[in-house]
Parts: sequence; structure tokens; C-alpha cells
Amino acid sequence: MIEISGLSKTFGSGANAFTALDDINVEIRQNEFFTLLGPSGCGKTTLLRSIAGFVDPTSGSLTIEGQDVLPLPPYARPVNTVFQNYALFPHMTVAQNIGFGLEMQDRPKAEIKQVVGEMLELVQMTPMADRMTSQISGGQQQRVALARALAPRPKVLLLDEPLSALDFKLRKEMQIELKRLQSETGITFVFVTHDQEEALTMSDRIAVMSTGRILQIGGPKDIYDHPAERFVADFIGDTNFLDATLQSVDGEVATVTLPSGKSVAARAVQGGNQSGAVTLAVRPEHATLTKESGLLDGVLQNIVYFGTDTHYHVTLDAGSAFVVRKQNQPNAGERFEVGEKVGISFDAGVGQVLRD
Amino acid sequence: MAQASDTQATRRRWLLLSPALLILLFAASGPLLIVVIYSFLTPGDYGGVIWKFSTDAWFNVVVERDFFDDTLSFSDAHLSIFWRSVKLSLMTTLVAFIVGFPTAYFIATRPKDKRDIWMLLIMIPFWTNLLIRTFAVMEIIRNEGVVNSLLIGLGIIDQPIQMLFTEFAITLGMFYVYLPLMVLPIYAAMERFDFSLVEAAYDLYASRWRVLRRVIFPIVKPGVIAGSILVFVPSLGAYVTPRVLGGGKQLMLGNLIELQFGQGRNWPLGAALSITLLAIVMIALIIYVRAAGREEMSHG
Amino acid sequence: MAKSRAFDVRRQTGFVPIALLCFLVLYLPIILLVVYSFNAGQSIAIWEGFSWQWYVKAWQNEKVQDATILSLIIATSASVIATSAAVMAALATTRTRGFRGYTFVFALINQPLMIPEIVTAVALLIFFAMIKVATGYTGLMYLIIAHSAFCIPFAYMPIRARLQGMDLNLEQAGADLYGTPWRVFRRVTLPQLWPGVLAGSMLAFVISLDDVVITEFVKSAGQDTLPTYMLGQMRRVISPEVNAISTALLAISVALVIAFYLLSKGGPQKNRE
Repeated sequence: MIEISGLSKTFGSGANAFTALDDINVEIRQNEFFTLLGPSGCGKTTLLRSIAGFVDPTSGSLTIEGQDVLPLPPYARPVNTVFQNYALFPHMTVAQNIGFGLEMQDRPKAEIKQVVGEMLELVQMTPMADRMTSQISGGQQQRVALARALAPRPKVLLLDEPLSALDFKLRKEMQIELKRLQSETGITFVFVTHDQEEALTMSDRIAVMSTGRILQIGGPKDIYDHPAERFVADFIGDTNFLDATLQSVDGEVATVTLPSGKSVAARAVQGGNQSGAVTLAVRPEHATLTKESGLLDGVLQNIVYFGTDTHYHVTLDAGSAFVVRKQNQPNAGERFEVGEKVGISFDAGVGQVLRD
Repeated sequence: MAQASDTQATRRRWLLLSPALLILLFAASGPLLIVVIYSFLTPGDYGGVIWKFSTDAWFNVVVERDFFDDTLSFSDAHLSIFWRSVKLSLMTTLVAFIVGFPTAYFIATRPKDKRDIWMLLIMIPFWTNLLIRTFAVMEIIRNEGVVNSLLIGLGIIDQPIQMLFTEFAITLGMFYVYLPLMVLPIYAAMERFDFSLVEAAYDLYASRWRVLRRVIFPIVKPGVIAGSILVFVPSLGAYVTPRVLGGGKQLMLGNLIELQFGQGRNWPLGAALSITLLAIVMIALIIYVRAAGREEMSHG
Repeated sequence: MAKSRAFDVRRQTGFVPIALLCFLVLYLPIILLVVYSFNAGQSIAIWEGFSWQWYVKAWQNEKVQDATILSLIIATSASVIATSAAVMAALATTRTRGFRGYTFVFALINQPLMIPEIVTAVALLIFFAMIKVATGYTGLMYLIIAHSAFCIPFAYMPIRARLQGMDLNLEQAGADLYGTPWRVFRRVTLPQLWPGVLAGSMLAFVISLDDVVITEFVKSAGQDTLPTYMLGQMRRVISPEVNAISTALLAISVALVIAFYLLSKGGPQKNRE
């Protein structure tokens, strides 16, 4: 569908040069909800704007359904964008906004009218058709922006942090709405966000970006459970990092020695070291806390209650910190006291060796 | 208590306002009423008026009485001057728009810290003497001026082209002196313009021309209307520019009015013509306010 | 491959050349006028060498001297009167809730900007002619008052803008520290307002100095200002002397406008930092 290879973009030149995109390689599939996730300044928006045609890459190639689109101006590319601030035309009604793309393509009036009607229906805005865009709420503007971008039936819909201006509740609603629209229309969505939760709940696949590079591409579960790099593990969810020594690697299984001297099986990383010092990532909810000695031992420093779960902050004997998250049950089993000596355990294969 | 301090504040406010209001009433607004009165009086033989009611002046704005047989006919001289005033003012406005719009656009798309300097370059000529700027245009288009000298020097023509004292000269002069008034409000509207709308339009398959016509222009239209009014109004009442560049041959309304207080010795007619000019200007202003108001409404 | 085809969303075909042409057109006539004021010959198209002779001639011309003095007297008086009135008016109309009569006041203050100058000029000609007949006084006061009136909106605008940007708390603090209203005004408000006052008075000065139409209609015999003197000269064969006077006037205006720009630019924001 969209094939991007070796794509780079450098702004400015000489000492002021800034590399926004650094050798991006990615293939986005037909019908996919693909998310570019990363902190601000990581290049995700630049990549999106390269696809839309507003950024001219310094090198590399970009094809959509096999067609090289880099020479094409934005108005000749089969993609539409939902802009971060919506960019609705203030001098037009809701219906006129939605029909704008079709009108610019010189489609017949009857067809425009019909498609606009369908789109209004699709985003449940039919009663608002003749309102000016300034007379509708933020959530409604969001829907109009979506309908406007979908109306010309683009091959790809680009969404630039479209939910960031909405309040929490509305954002949750729109997440579900977006998923529904994507499956109903069958259009490929490329979604940009800095919100990891949004990315995890909506995406078919996620590309995690930092400083102009794609660090890892994978499904939400894959990315969450098996982060390949420290940045990915840190950016998505909470993680404990342990200094460990790699004993052996056998396919996907790595055997590591923990600071406590005990060994455990963990998941190996592609292209990582075969031996020596490595970092092991363990999610707080994947570990359990025990009264007796475990894989790791330490002293309970702090207990933080969060309603759905409780966080136990432990200082390991080796000196580093470790957090265990435990879901709260109506009749909690063991009770722990601050200052108590505790053990920490996790199953074989739960820990992830990171690429350093 | 609260009421007492309210009254006090009101008294203080009007006390503070009184010098400005008195000066303006005495030397700007008040005398306008006297002009209305004068337009209904009989002209004196050597200028001034005789205090006798007459509507002749108002008739004479568009009609003239034959000297010999008292028949009435439309005053060709006056009508042609009216027509010329409106025509040249519209031309001036149009040309100012054609040049001013891209200029305002150009300035509004410069980096933020450079825009002020560009605008200063537009405003400096505006704040310099109108007579001097008119004179500068005159020097350029005179028969002995740079343009003709250059054309003759290059062998393109062998006789100077008579540009001075033509309608072209007046239009050029008014365009030159009032151009900043077109650029200023369009720039003000354009500076606030959100270019992500342009991106959205390009993204939705609009060509450059359509982006300009369908997105940029409608949104900055209030600025264009304001600029057009700001150019049209002083052009219609222009006095100095047509006098200097029209050389007394191509009269405009302003010159016709002046003539009634000079050689014409018909003050009531001059007064009636002034009120007519004022009325046309007011109509233009009302159209502008309406248009701006509607724009506001629809943008709610 | 796809390089150097960067799509600039702000570009519009032909706009940059038109804009640059616009600046050229704005400045070329003025520049030529200035250049030829230094021409040794009579020509306004052929350069015959550098000379100050037209400036010397203008300087020695008694009529020019008289007109210059008159222009300065009128512009200074009108600027002082208009600025004082404008400061008071701005204090009364700024930072206050709308009050009864606001529209009337606003329309009155801005009236000189809306009504064609020729109409005001005619009105003043008639009105002052009546007063002249009634009182026999034909002095400078007519011109000064007329100029003051049309200078008020120009003085009012920057003062009002400055006042709106000012921090009200400072005045309340002043009043809180036992300042009487007048002392608060002199010690707190006025020093802050000063750049606006200066800017307003400079604008008023320039506007008065440049006026032709109203002066031409209101002046009594022998009361020529520089612009009306020049207008008279333009009827006949023009000597580069007029170029010299124009250049001098231009220099004053440009200097004042640039000073105004710098003053209003470093305006209210400066205090907030």
C-alpha cells in the first residue's frame, strides 16, 4: 500500500541542520490502522506531512500503491488529512466543508450532494448540515473534519493528533468512533499521536519513533510485552530495568543472571548481543511480591494505593529500585508493611532483553 | 453611595472629553450644518450669500437653466464631472486592489520579525506629504520628465507622450497616494489568516488559483472591503491630485466645489455639491458597515 | 530525484514580483524627486552635477522663510492643543465600560478621518467667513483651531492604544499609597503614558505640517504655509526649488514617522517584561 524506504529529511543546512527524519523504512498495509507514536519532535508529524505532500524529503522513496508520489503536489495525491486543529473553513457550512474536496475534483453536483449526505450520516451530523463551523462544538468539529477528509474516498487517511484538543471523555468516545469509521470505510488510516494509550487501544500496528528514527514496528501487544529498546520500553507503559548478564541465547530464549546471582529465562532480542552485560525489562504487573525470598530480594520502601491496583516500591539489595504492581482484590491475600524484607519473582520468558 | 460615585464619574468623564468635543464641534462637525443651510440660500454677486431661501443650488447640481429662454436641461458639465469622479475613483480602487492585495499577501507571508519593517516601508510614503508625492508623480510623467526622456533616449518615441493633465495622470496619482490605504487593512486581515486552512484546501485537491479564490479571498474579504472604501472615499473627494495632475482641465468633484467658492461665486451651489459628495461617501460607508456586519454575523 | 520541488503552501504565482514592483513604484518617484533637488541644472531628467544651489535659493526666498515659520507655528500649536485634548479624551474613554453617548463621542472624534477633507474645508470657509465678518479678526487662530480639530484623531489613536495596554493595578497601587487622583496621574499614569503622548503629538505635528486642502480654504490673505505656497508654485513653471523644499519636508516627516514607529514598537510590552 504505502512503501517508504530510506526516507530522510534535513531542515536547514550547515551547523543549523536538523535531521527530522533519518532513514525511515516502513510498509503500511492495505486497510490497516497504522499509528506513528512518539514524543513531540520525534519526526512523526514530519513523516505524516511527507506522505501528504507538505514536506519534501531530502532523500528516499515513497510510493502509494506502487505509484511514486514524491513528485506530486499535495492536491494530486490520493490522500486526505485530518488536521490537528481541524482547519475547517470558517466561511462555509458543515455541508460545504464536507463537499469541498469533491467540488475541487469537479464531481457532478448530484454526486456531491449524495456523498455529503452519506458522510453526514456516517458521522451523525445530519441535523447540523447547514450550521457554520464556528457554531458547533469541538467534538462536532472533529467529526466534520473526519467527514471532510473521508468524502473524496482517499486511498489513505492521515490523522495528525486529531484527538488532542478534546477532553478526556470525548476522546474516549472518538477513539471508538474512529475505529468504527475505519472498519466501515475500509480506508487505510495513518494516525499520529504521542499518547501511548491511544496508540495501544486503536492500532493494528504501531511504529514507535524517536529522534527521526523508527525504533520498533509491531502490534500493540508485541510492542508492549516485548519492547526491543530501552526507549520503547520506557515510553510505553512503566518498566523496571535490571542490569543483568547474558549467559546464553537459544533462538528466542535467553538465559540471564540477575544482580542477585540467580538465573532466569527471558526473551531474547533480535540483533542483540550474544553474551555480556545487558538490560532486562520487566513490567511491574508481570512481577509478584512474596514474603519469602524470590528471584530478587529487597526492602519494601513505599506502598501507593491506586484504586484498581497498588504499587509496591522496593529497594533491591543490589541498590536499584523495582516496582511491583498488584491488582486489588476484594479480599486481599497477604498484607505487606513498609520496611519489611520482601522477595520479587516473575515467570520464565516474562523479562525482555533489550538491544543496547 | 454607589450612585453618587457614578454621577461623579460621569461628570469627570464629560469634563475630560469637553476640550476635544468643543474643538471638533466648533471646527469640524458644527460647520457642516451651516453648509446644509447655505445650500438653500441665494448666491451673492461677489461670493457669499444673500439670506433668501432658494432651492436653485440643488437643482443646479444636475440641471442647468438656459440663460436665454429659461428652459431646463441636464447639466452636461456637472454630470460629466460626477461621472469622471466616480469612474476615476473606481479605477483607482481597482488598480490599488490589484497591486495592494498581492503586496499585503507578500508582507503577511514574510517571517514574523520582518513584517513590521515591510509595513513601515508601506506606511512611510503614506505619512509624507500628499502634495509632495503628487508632485513627485508629476515630475516623472511630465513631457520633460524621466519617463518621456527615457523613451525618447531609447528611440522608442520621438515626441513626448502627453501624460500630464489627463485622466490617466489623475488615476495614477490617486493610485500612488492612496495605495497604502488598500494594503493596510488587507494586511491586517491577512496577518491573522490561518495557513493550515490553505493546507487543508490543497489536501482536498484545490489548485493554487482555487485556494486563492475559494479559501484565502473569502476569509480576508472584510479587509478588502475596508481597503476599497478607504481608497474610494478620498479618491472621490480628491482635490489636490486632480488639481495638480489634471491641471484644471480634468476637473473632479473636489475641484468643481472649489470652483464655486472661487471664480464661480456660487457658494450655495458649492454647498449643495459638498453635501452631495458627503452623501455618496456616507452611502459607501453604510454599505461597508453592512457588509462587515454581515461577515461578522456569518462567522458568528 | 524528487528534490527541489518543495511545495510551498504560501506561494501564489506572480505575487512576489507584483509586491516588489509595488515597493519600487512607491519609492521611485520620491527618490527621483530627492535626487534632482541636488541637480546643478534646471532639468528633472538630466543629471548635470551635484549642487546645493536650489536649497540656497529656497533658503533665501523670503516667501519660503515666512511660510516655513508659519507652518512651524501652526503645526506646533495644533499638535500641543490636539494632544492635550486627546490625552483627556483618551483617559475618559479608555478602560471604562461603555457609557451613554459613547457612539456619539467616538463618531465625533473620528469624524475628520471619515468626511472628505474638501467638505470640511468648505464648511470651515463658510463658518469662518461669518465669524470674520462679525468680529473683524483675521489672525492665525482660525488655522490653528482648524488644524487642532483634524489632528485630534491622529493624536488620540496612539495614546488610547498605550492606555489600553497599561496595567491598571499600578494606578490602584498609587491611590492605595495615599495619592490624590491628580498626583497619581502625574506621578504614575503620565510617565507610563509618555511614549504614547510623544507618538501622538508627533503624528499630529506631521499631519498638520502636511495639510493642504483645509489650509488653502481657511487661510486669510498672506497666510501661506509651506504646502499652500508650493501648491501655488505648481501652477507655473516649476523650479527645482520646489524639489528642495519638498525634500526638506520629506526628511522631517520620515524622521518623525520612524521615531513614531520605534516609540510605538517598544510600547506597552516593554513594561511588562
